[in-house]
This record gives sequence, structure tokens and C-alpha cells, in this order.
Amino acid sequence: MLFNRFFRGLSHTSAWLVLTILFAIIIVLFHYSKSAIGDFGFFHFITNSKWIVGNDGNGGNFGGLIPILGTFLSSLIAMVFAIPIAMGIAIFLTEIAPEFLKAPVGIAVELLAAIPSIIYGMWGLFYFGPLLQSWFGGQSNSLLTAGVVLGIMVIPFMAALSRDAMNTTPSVLVESAYSMGATRYEVIKDIVFPFAKKGIIGSVILSLGRALGETMAVAFLIGGVFRFPDSLTSATISIPVLIANNFGEAGNLQLSAMFYMALILFIISFFTITIAKFYFLRKTD
Amino acid sequence: MKLAIQTKDFSFTYPKTKEATLKGINIPIYANKVTALIGPSGCGKSTLLRSCNRIHDVYPGNSYDGEILLYDNNGEKAENILQYKKENDLINLRQRIGMIFQKPTPFPMSIKDNITYGLKLSGIKNKTELLDRTEIALKGAALWEEVKDRLNNSAMGLSGGQQQRLCIARAVALKPQVLLFDEPTSALDPISTASIEALISELKNELTVLIVTHNMQQASRISDYTGFMYLGDLVEYDVTETIFLNPKEKKTEDYITGRFG
Ligand SMILES: Nc1ncnc2c1ncn2[C@@H]1O[C@H](COP(=O)(O)OP(=O)(O)OP(=O)(O)O)[C@@H](O)[C@H]1O
Ligand SMILES: [Mg+2]
Repeated sequence: MLFNRFFRGLSHTSAWLVLTILFAIIIVLFHYSKSAIGDFGFFHFITNSKWIVGNDGNGGNFGGLIPILGTFLSSLIAMVFAIPIAMGIAIFLTEIAPEFLKAPVGIAVELLAAIPSIIYGMWGLFYFGPLLQSWFGGQSNSLLTAGVVLGIMVIPFMAALSRDAMNTTPSVLVESAYSMGATRYEVIKDIVFPFAKKGIIGSVILSLGRALGETMAVAFLIGGVFRFPDSLTSATISIPVLIANNFGEAGNLQLSAMFYMALILFIISFFTITIAKFYFLRKTD
Repeated sequence: MKLAIQTKDFSFTYPKTKEATLKGINIPIYANKVTALIGPSGCGKSTLLRSCNRIHDVYPGNSYDGEILLYDNNGEKAENILQYKKENDLINLRQRIGMIFQKPTPFPMSIKDNITYGLKLSGIKNKTELLDRTEIALKGAALWEEVKDRLNNSAMGLSGGQQQRLCIARAVALKPQVLLFDEPTSALDPISTASIEALISELKNELTVLIVTHNMQQASRISDYTGFMYLGDLVEYDVTETIFLNPKEKKTEDYITGRFG
């Protein structure tokens, strides 16, 4: 009885703690961004492509358009690049790979997922960026480099989660489909994918969340210049990189504008996950 | 009497096992009859059944030896199904030899789509034909009256017995020559079991049944022939009555009378 109540109390407290932290974060972000919100409004802020520090070091003209675009576009490139490859790996690992390959490749994928992002950043900076530049021209540090390396970063994560989801398909269900004359491709398409749909969408959303918020690797690769990206191969900046690069020496208003950016990033991530949860996941039932 | 399937010195070995799981099995399966396979757990009944539609091939590394002959509808020309290599041959084989599992395995789709799934795979696209054959199959599985008003509902909402009949309907819709049943009623209540047994007896008119069962009464009630297996061997095969009333082998008698397990 006593234990029962103890654990009930503990789990209730933990659940409330999560909500409290969430609210505390929103309140802090909101509080510090108030003066930027007051000065620039919402619509004007997100359509303004300038980020100019005032002469006195405190004022200035700050707009969020470019980092918002940079964040969106680099994540979008990452997803476009990562989803097909991650699905291919997951399908290979669950349905196609011979038994002796499954374990080593699976472990390799999990190891890749555990590499710290700064290592991906350095690899991209010294090797992959110049390679992309030699293929597509433009700059070596660019939206494209950041997006593709972000994609490479989330592939193992996405693939491992999708594989786990696909592995939950009961083998009798798979055998049933084969025993009705389905091909391997049809079994994957009609049985394994629908069965694992929730888990697969979940893995994509979690990966998108990672890509949106990733700082280290992108800071190395996106160029970090406040400039409108006129092509995929030009350098620009993303929200987390903007914040990380300028936090130290920012004056009052700029600091507030960066909190404003953080608030916007928070809302973007929050909505991506909420929309996905409520729209996609409910529809599958 | 016409043959549907005949195995000749058929042996089967699972990957990474030294000894063969099935050792030189010779069993005839007659057309439009029910043949039952009985025997203690682990003797290889499922392994033999699953060889007949090569569903083992879903997993790599198994090895077959000997022959499994599948006869045409007249019981004249036969092909050795162990020689099939291409995916297409296996698909054709599995459309000729359907399979029902121990637990019902409805696909996570509507009742109607469960039936039309295999038909669509086999290339039927015409909507009215699909609907007609769905109705015929569901009637054939004695399920039509219970589900005709909710064909578009998910098959997962049916009871276990209904799900199993849906799986039978789904297999029957493809008009197979042979249906393989692996303990189809062991997860069901007595009433659902009775209805599935009745269904199997009726299916004989159109196709051949090979069924694995642990239930002696069930084997004696519904089968015409029975094979008794033990440790990977077919110990005895005969008319069901003979097996149950007058077995020749001591082992068979012991098993039937429950003297060993
Ligand atoms: N995938 C596998 N790999 C290796 N050995 C297996 C595999 N599946 C089954 N076996 C072995 O093959 C033998 C026969 O198994 P099988 O499933 O055919 O028995 P069964 O007669 O159907 O038993 P039950 O009545 O319990 O279903 C058993 O010893 C089993 O352990
Ligand atoms: Mg078995």
C-alpha cells in the first residue's frame, strides 16, 4: 500500500516536472525576447532579412528571415537526402540482408548514430564540403553541404529506429503474405511498411527534430554568414548557428532578438512534432 | 484415386543444424481428401507442411533433398517443386498451395481488402469480379452472413474464430489446389473449432487438405488418411480408421493411446 502510494506520487511528480520545465523554458524565452518582439513585431521580424548591430553596440535592426530559411532549407535537404537512404538500410536489414550480415551492419549503423556531431562537422569541413564544391561549384561551406551532412548524420538514427519498427512485424503475418503469392517487394510494401508506419513516421519526426536543432555540425558547414542564399551552394546561416556565434558579444537588443529566434525555433520544433503526432499518427488507426 | 502431392525420400535440414530434421519421408497426399499429420511436439510436422509451399524459403540457408511432386488437376503430370528456383515459380506454387496458420493472421486492412489482396496480386483488376469472388469466398467460409454489412471495417475487429475463417476465405479465394493447415484450431474455442472442422470437410469437394493437428479426435473426425511422425520419420501412414483402430507399429499405438508424450 505504502509503496503503491509512493510510486504513484513519484510518477505524478515526474510527469508534472516535465510540464513545469516546458513552461519554464517558454516563460524565459518569452521574457527575454520581449523587447525584440516590441521593437520588431512578428510579421516584420520573420520577413526582415537584415541583421545589423547599431553603432552604440546596443540597438540595431534585426530580422529572422535568413536564419529561419537556413534552418528550414538545411533540414529539408537533410530529410530529402536521408529518408530514402535510411528506408533502404532499414529494409535491407530487416528483409534482405543474409543472416551473417545483419548483425555487423546493424552494429555499424548504431555506432555511426553514436558519433558526436562535431566529428561529422569536421569531416564535412575538410573532406565532404570541398568534394561537393568540386561537383556542384559554389561554396564549399553552403546550405547544400550542411544539409547533406545533416542528412548523413541522421541516417543511422532514422535507419535504426525504422528497422526496430519493421522488426516488430510478426513473422506469421509476413509468411501469410508470402503464402498468398506475394513477392518480396509486395510484402515490404503491403505488410511491413503499413505495420511499421507509426514507428517509421516517428523516426522521421525525431530525426527532423534533431536536424532543426543541430548546432555543432551546421556551425562548421553552413558558412555562418548572414546572407540570403540565392542558390543551394551558397553560404548562409541557421538559427542555432546564429545564436551560438553571436551570444558572447551581443548587446541588449541583439540578445533579445536572439532569444526571439530561439523562441521561434522552439515553436517550429514544437509544431512539427505536434502536427505530426496529431495528424499522421491518428490517421493510421 | 488421384494424387495431389507425393514426397519421395524427402529430407530437410535447417540452417546450422547437423542432423536432418526430416529423414527420407515418403508420403502420398490424395486429391480431394483430408490427410492429417500427427505426432509428438518437435517431430517435424510443421517442417513437412511448410516444405510443401516452400515457405521455408522466406528464410535463407535451408536445404532440401529428395523430391516433392505436385500433380496437376488430373493427377497425371507432376513437377518436382524442389527444383523451383525463380521467385515467379515460387509465387505460382504458393497460389496453387495455400496455407493457414495456427494463429489467425488477418492483414491490418479491411475485411474486403484481406480477401481481394491475393486476387489483386494474381492480376485480377476488374472491380465486379473482385467483389463477386469476395462474396463467394466469404460464403464458402461460412462468414458472409456475419460480415456482409461491414466489409469495409478492419479485419482486426473480428473474433478469433471469424479471423481464422477470414484467413481460410482469403486462401480459398485464390482457388488453390491444396490447402495446408498448421494446427488451425489450437487457438480457438470449441464452437469456432467445430465450425472450422465443418468447413474443412466441405472444402474437400474443391481441393485437397493437408492438416497438422495435436487433437486426436479432430484427426479422426475430419481426415481420410493419417500419417504418424516421430523424430523426423514418417512411422506409419494409412487410412485414418486403420491408424486409430488397428495401427501396425507399436509406436503409433503408444502415441494414439496416450502412452507416451
Ligand atoms: N528455424 C529452425 N531452425 C532450426 N531448427 C528448427 C527450426 N524450426 C524448427 N526446428 C526444429 O525442427 C524440429 C521439428 O520442428 P517442427 O516445428 O516441424 O515440429 P512440429 O512437429 O511441428 O512440432 P509442434 O507440434 O510443437 O508444432 C524441432 O526439433 C525443432 O526444434
Ligand atoms: Mg508445428
